[in-house]
Amino acid sequence: MCSAFLCFIKRTVLAAMVCWMLLLTEVQFVLADENERWGIGQTATPEEIQAWDIAIRPDGKGLPPGTGNVEEGKTLYLQRCALCHGAEGKGGLNDKLVGRLPSGEFPFAEPGAPKKTIGNYWPYATTLFDYIRRTMPYQNPGSLTDSEVYSVTAYLLYLNEIIAADLQLSANNLATIKMPAVVRFVPDDRLQTSNVR
Amino acid sequence: MTRLIKNIKRRELLRQGVTATGALLAASALQANGRYMGPPVSVSGERAAEVNLKRQTLALTHSFTPLQQLHGIITPSDLHFERHHSGVPDISEENYKLLLHGLVERPLKFTLAELKRFPAVSRICFIECAGNCQDYFSLSAETTAQRLAGQTSQSEWTGVALSTLLKEAGLRPGAKWLLMEGGDAALMTRSVTLEKAMDDAIIAYAQNGEPVRPSQGYPVRLVLPGWEGSSCVKWLRRIEVGDQPWMTREETAKYTDPLKDGTVRQFSCVMDARSIITSPTFPQQLEKGWHEIRGLAWSGRGRISKVEVSVDGGGSWEPAELQQPVLDKAYVRFRKMWQWDGKERLLLSRATDETGYIQPRVKQLIDIRGQGSLRYHNNGVIGWRVNPDGSIYYDPVV
Ligand code: HEC
Repeated sequence: MCSAFLCFIKRTVLAAMVCWMLLLTEVQFVLADENERWGIGQTATPEEIQAWDIAIRPDGKGLPPGTGNVEEGKTLYLQRCALCHGAEGKGGLNDKLVGRLPSGEFPFAEPGAPKKTIGNYWPYATTLFDYIRRTMPYQNPGSLTDSEVYSVTAYLLYLNEIIAADLQLSANNLATIKMPAVVRFVPDDRLQTSNVR
Repeated sequence: MTRLIKNIKRRELLRQGVTATGALLAASALQANGRYMGPPVSVSGERAAEVNLKRQTLALTHSFTPLQQLHGIITPSDLHFERHHSGVPDISEENYKLLLHGLVERPLKFTLAELKRFPAVSRICFIECAGNCQDYFSLSAETTAQRLAGQTSQSEWTGVALSTLLKEAGLRPGAKWLLMEGGDAALMTRSVTLEKAMDDAIIAYAQNGEPVRPSQGYPVRLVLPGWEGSSCVKWLRRIEVGDQPWMTREETAKYTDPLKDGTVRQFSCVMDARSIITSPTFPQQLEKGWHEIRGLAWSGRGRISKVEVSVDGGGSWEPAELQQPVLDKAYVRFRKMWQWDGKERLLLSRATDETGYIQPRVKQLIDIRGQGSLRYHNNGVIGWRVNPDGSIYYDPVV
């Protein structure tokens, strides 16, 4: 039992308390930033990004300055790569790097398919530069200069009969080199159906 | 009476000023009634001495989970399969940062502690190497489930949703693909679609409740539920947002599927439905009578809706029971009691997922894709032959 006045006071106090609690809740538990940002993390500086951003794309984005050629590439290859990949990119302990197939042949889905190589399977020459620079030589990756990577890349492309012996390789022309298998690559189409593809 | 003597002994020991633990140890040396006091509490638990659970290693770069020795749906973290390219790097929290840059409004870097401050997500999902089962036709009859198909494991992964980090950095127009780069010696890289990144990708710092183990990517790895293990880059140190894929070696020269029609299927990241009977399998020896056929089934497309079991090489199929929980892009444990009559039998299992995809026979895959393509994504039905003498062997059924 309460008089109208008391009830009014009670209600006002209650309402004020609820408002205050809501306010508190808002401040402490709701993301204030309308863009859903938490403000956690620091700005990455251009220097930090540059130090790590070594990825090369098929369009050539990311290719560094420097230049290389087949002749220097051969010398380097024999010193730094042949031990594992064989004298001319074949017959080594590790991945076969050199090999072509007669034009029009692509028997990789058949039993006893040939080994996949740069010449018969790799769709982009930029991938070769990127991979050698980031991962090879296997036991000492990152030890080649950019020009040395251009040279070894040139030598391997030459052995695979993709470029001529006198080509000077650099950011100007690496991305324009057309690899034989590129036309064969298609995006995954399995998920369009529940049938096996 | 014995108890009384024990109590007296203990009181004596205590009176002599021996610590409580010492007393327990001393007491354990006193055999009474054939019972022994065991060792006291310890800071970390070990498996029972007679339990031998090990990954099986192959070359320096692969190890396999002992599927046939495990129960339930969680792989103990130390038994999670491995696939590394250039070994396990030694990265400390102090030396760790994650860079996020490219087509973003604010290039950001995060410490491990900062990553942990974001809203956390946890989910149970499998990770499977696309090359799992690639030695299907070359393995001998004496092959375990581990060696055949042990490049799959399941954990509860905890971390921050990649979508949370991408919102934090703000995507710029044109953003479509992300490059994921590891901090191992190979600086392993894969391109991932923005769609997947925003959907359910996790930047994981914990596995089954503890920090991710070094062989699984400590301090931080990418987890893409349902996608091939190769794309779940470990030791993740850099994410670059771009408008096209980078065409890294692992998504061109490797992890692509040459098909019969002369094309090469690329970015085939989703793992199709698979099941495998884990018990009874080689090297178990069966007795006549009741046994439970048990196994695991999973699909990168969604939930498993049905697993069927056959004991006559696929002549007839019976539905197995699915143990709860049945989770999205995760293992489900299936079970079926079976009475072995002593005759030669060929045990198979076949999974169907909620999209209606039915696990194919290997022959179907060969007919559609070609045998040379089975190096990756060989999810065909797996068989185990039970001989009249109770021995069980791997059978490369087609
Ligand atoms: C110590 C042995 C070793 C040396 C030296 C070495 N490599 Fe490798 N190379 C490997 C191994 C092992 C792989 C496979 C790595 C993997 O799959 O993760 C490989 C892979 C490659 C591949 C990818 C092949 C493919 O088809 O996917 C290329 C290209 C390559 N190496 C080029 C080079 C070059 C160029 C050099 C010299 C600068 C070099 N390697 C030095 C061991 C070596």
